[in-house]
Amino acid sequence: MTSTRTETTAQGEQTDRVRLAAEGVRLGYGDRTIVDDLDLEVLHGTVTAVIGPNGCGKSTLLRALGRLLAPTKGHVLLDGRRIDRMPTKEVATVLGLLPQAPTAPEGLTVGDLVARGRHPHQAWYRQWSGDDEEAVAEALAWTGIADLAERPVDELSGGQRQRAWISMALAQGTELLLLDEPTTFLDLAHQVEVLELVDRLHTERGRTVVMVLHDLNLAARYADRLVAMRDGRIMASGTPAEVITEPLLREVFGLDARVVPDPVAGTPLVVPIGTHRV
Amino acid sequence: MAVGTAQVAEAPRRPPRSKRSLRTRRLAGLIALVVLLVVVVFLSIALGTKVIPLSNVWSALVSPTGTEDDIVIRSLRIPRTVLGVLVGAALGLAGALIQGHTRNPLADPGLLGVNMGAAFFVVVGIYVFGVTTLFGYVWFAFAGAMVASVAVFLLGAAGGRGSPTPVTLALAGAALTFLLSGLVSAIILIDTDTLDAYRFWNVGSLAGRDAEIAGQVVGFLVVGTLIALASAPALNALSLGEDVARSLGQSVRRTRVLGVVAITLLAGGATAACGPIGFVGLVVPHVVRAFTGPDYRWLLPASGLMGAVLLLAADVVGRLVARPGELQVGIVLALVGAPFFIALVRRRKMMSI
Repeated sequence: MTSTRTETTAQGEQTDRVRLAAEGVRLGYGDRTIVDDLDLEVLHGTVTAVIGPNGCGKSTLLRALGRLLAPTKGHVLLDGRRIDRMPTKEVATVLGLLPQAPTAPEGLTVGDLVARGRHPHQAWYRQWSGDDEEAVAEALAWTGIADLAERPVDELSGGQRQRAWISMALAQGTELLLLDEPTTFLDLAHQVEVLELVDRLHTERGRTVVMVLHDLNLAARYADRLVAMRDGRIMASGTPAEVITEPLLREVFGLDARVVPDPVAGTPLVVPIGTHRV
Repeated sequence: MAVGTAQVAEAPRRPPRSKRSLRTRRLAGLIALVVLLVVVVFLSIALGTKVIPLSNVWSALVSPTGTEDDIVIRSLRIPRTVLGVLVGAALGLAGALIQGHTRNPLADPGLLGVNMGAAFFVVVGIYVFGVTTLFGYVWFAFAGAMVASVAVFLLGAAGGRGSPTPVTLALAGAALTFLLSGLVSAIILIDTDTLDAYRFWNVGSLAGRDAEIAGQVVGFLVVGTLIALASAPALNALSLGEDVARSLGQSVRRTRVLGVVAITLLAGGATAACGPIGFVGLVVPHVVRAFTGPDYRWLLPASGLMGAVLLLAADVVGRLVARPGELQVGIVLALVGAPFFIALVRRRKMMSI
């Protein structure tokens, strides 16, 4: 946490640069409005985690930030420009998104999957280049899956598979990365492994990350900023210590819990109260 | 699939070698298909209802003197072979496209209503306009294929968020197919002359199609092929799911529109020239996927080649089994193809795409 803060401060003018912003967006599918009149700013060099109960509009918001869903009102701005007015291929060189539990076609190798991350850098007149080759090899090595390059994605374990997808996003070479529940379906050890990888993307590769997370304790540990949502609205945002409080947990999740300092990192740790053995 | 468990366990230790082996396998597969195609083309020129000695076949090709054999080969068998290659390749490509766009391994180009649209317009052509020649059917069939697939695309797009999804396309295609087949039945029930003409068109065949018919559709097939081959990177992106494709900067809507245009040109052109021919578009992508894997830059050209080989081979078989008559290629494909397809499905589980 502290190291991140000093690092971003050291980068001077970039600290407060807004990379991605939602301005009064209304989001929904068909007639159903899920998010209304929402504002959000994502600063350069930060890791933001969006938390909230199921169905609160977290993923919908992430899809809108990644221009997969067009707001019916308001705008999403990428580096100050309206994202819906930018060529989609140009957006794809700045911003990448991994949906929840993506699926690869059967038989696709890890190497080929990561290579497809180079799609926005190619055109009919500029196919596979040396840059692409380098970016793919680098992404494979950096995520520690160079050994698996020839293995079909569908034969990997859940943790390996998620690393392969993150490797693809890394090969895409975008400064911003949106991750929709990157730890779904993973056991705790692999959840930590994936989030460590996300943390390294941020600290070593300078990526700005926005992710939807379910686990509050991991979110508090790995994110610089938390955004807590309920019923399509942002109830609180700020540092983990500011957001993860006992009153807020009651308000957002309807959960009675104690918040104590995490014995390892000092970040807030949520201990639900419940009724059993209390 | 050559990838057994033993090989998988070894792969991590020797990555460069197995990478080369994947490319080698794809190249070897493509070369094998080209060789097969050359062989089948030769057989298609050499074999037929009329037995022609090989020496005469050769002289008809290099130094024709206007003998009866020369005429059979140059004005019947060569145009028929050319048409077979064109139509087979078009159907194979259209099959790979529709399966890629729908991510459904059981999708068939007929899903867009192309066949029934063509059939309906042909029936109208016969019944209302008194068209009676194969040459005359071509334009009716092609127009019908166009109208049907545009209607299916618009219907499929109407329900969703502006861009048709595989499910809405399939539903719209099925609905329109039922409607049109009802109308076709109504007309051929009323008028037996139409029934007589229609039932011959409705069995896909390469017989009786001359160079002129091939000339009518070749332009559409070439344009469709170019669009198809150019869409390989987009289909590769799309195979990772729509959300990933879009975040990789691929415009899904544009890809879908181009896909429907290519499928209509290819399947519509093929149906216009030869009548509805099933099975090729369904099975060919499965067969070639075994060596190309899910990369459309390999899968598409291989499907085109394989489609040509399959259709032409079935046509040659049809000429030989029922001498002195012949069996239409559509019937041969159904008779030989169905058991083959069942065996394929039983041998290994259907690849999900």
